[in-house]
Amino acid sequence: MMKHLLKVTSNTEIARNIFEMKLTGPGVGNMTSPGQFLHVSIGNHTSKLLRRPLSICDVDLEREEVTLLYRAQGDGTKQLSEKQNGELVDVLGPLGNGFNMDEVDIKRSALLVGGGIGVPPLYYLGKQLKNTGVQVTFILGYQSLEDSFYIDKFKEIGETIVTTADGSFGIKGFVTDAMEQSLKEEPVIYSVGPAVMLKAVEEKADSLDGYLSLEERMGCGIGACFACVCPTETRKSGYVKICSDGPVFKMGEVVL
Amino acid sequence: MSRLSVSLPGLNMKNPILPASGCFGFGKEYSKWYDLSLLGGITIKAATLEGRFGNPTPRVAETESGMLNAIGLQNPGVANIIENELPALKPYNIPILANIAGSTEEEYIEVTRQISASPLVSAVELNISCPNVKEGGIQFGTHYKSAADLTRKVKEASQKPVYVKLSPNVSNIVEMAQAVEEAGADGLSMINTLVGMKLDWRTGNPILANKTGGLSGPAIKPVAIRMIYEVSQKVSLPIIGMGGVSTAEDVLEMMSAGASAVAVGTANFVNPYICPEIIDSLPALLDEIGVENISEMTGRSFRKWKTPLSSR
Repeated sequence: MMKHLLKVTSNTEIARNIFEMKLTGPGVGNMTSPGQFLHVSIGNHTSKLLRRPLSICDVDLEREEVTLLYRAQGDGTKQLSEKQNGELVDVLGPLGNGFNMDEVDIKRSALLVGGGIGVPPLYYLGKQLKNTGVQVTFILGYQSLEDSFYIDKFKEIGETIVTTADGSFGIKGFVTDAMEQSLKEEPVIYSVGPAVMLKAVEEKADSLDGYLSLEERMGCGIGACFACVCPTETRKSGYVKICSDGPVFKMGEVVL
Repeated sequence: MSRLSVSLPGLNMKNPILPASGCFGFGKEYSKWYDLSLLGGITIKAATLEGRFGNPTPRVAETESGMLNAIGLQNPGVANIIENELPALKPYNIPILANIAGSTEEEYIEVTRQISASPLVSAVELNISCPNVKEGGIQFGTHYKSAADLTRKVKEASQKPVYVKLSPNVSNIVEMAQAVEEAGADGLSMINTLVGMKLDWRTGNPILANKTGGLSGPAIKPVAIRMIYEVSQKVSLPIIGMGGVSTAEDVLEMMSAGASAVAVGTANFVNPYICPEIIDSLPALLDEIGVENISEMTGRSFRKWKTPLSSR
């Protein structure tokens, strides 16, 4: 059974339109791989049919609690943001394949690059990498100071460089404007964000090893509906399904 | 014979529920969630002669009580399906309805010839109603003559019964149904999606890369009910009903309208367990209205005799 009813333990706005939702219940114990996602029902199966794929941001196994961050942007996520403590949320998951952390064991340094609402899974990943002794550096890109979140929490794990598009906080510009220095150590790169950002990160990383996690509108979330495909040159089929083959892919594997 | 069993040409089903084409892939994804042998049957994703990548993304958009999709018949091609996808379904021992599509008459005929020859395929569903491809698909499904011509040729090429999947995007669905009946169809599948569109009000741009897409989900159920109700009174073909079904009550409503079996589509995305859950719920609903066998439900909205049918 990969469908669970989890109870809301908190659901608060932590930056402009960005919400942190904590859920508890059986099933959380399986959510051990950073990069996987939960397919979250808005709770109203008749007017808002489709689930929202939300990356796992953090898991507290002892408390059986999972943390999800999401942007309340459309009607569905706005409804989600109105969930009160104690209400139940219907989730499928954990779905998809998480980040491969094997290669980093040899290199012992990792650069985690995230943009906007793509940032959350890097928190869980960073925590796990740090626990295995890897030196972790984050580069986090936001629109502005008002849109930024979790910066202090990331700083507890490793060096954290922030960029904002409007220059209101950290380095003015995009994540790729801040990568140069960190690339010298030849880290393994992990990146999550919009396709245009991932493409820029991939170009900047050049020949370094790395992994990208893709975002796309999804239907079923389990590989059956073919809504979230992405072209690839490395597989015979010519495409991958982001939900079930990904959402994490090796750099260079998919055509962005 | 159990009380849920239904029998249609080529499809002897232990219950009337099968997933709709395109909403269930080729079954293997859902086989990780439950035992597919629970299903009455399975409709596999449309096969074309060569593999197709389909449309650019985004391919889905949510709408009120529904969704738009424009996948574009992505599939690995009929030979690959026969070799790799169908054998994986064999252990479940359930009827397989193979949906077939094409850009030209020749393509439809060749796909039919190949797939209907597979011993694993129980019947063919002729897709002349896909709204999301430029060539073929709905072109054949909106003109009576071309639909009838294609039905006749596919029927000749097929070793298995042929169900014609009708588009609701026509001015007179009854005439379309009668045309394909005359051309030799063994059954009807109805309805496919309604062509729709959604725009981002900020930019004015369509959400779907294909601009338009097919509307499915509970929003279209009343349209499906009405069309099945009208068609089933005018043709003598069995109908596989579909369009927004997401509960056991919906199934019985659709059968009352005239369907002999019912396909579940979009609801699979909402709840992967929906098909077995619906099947589990049916007996209690039949008890509630005093009906012994589910097959008695078909067409009771317009038949003279009323429930309880089993006490006639």
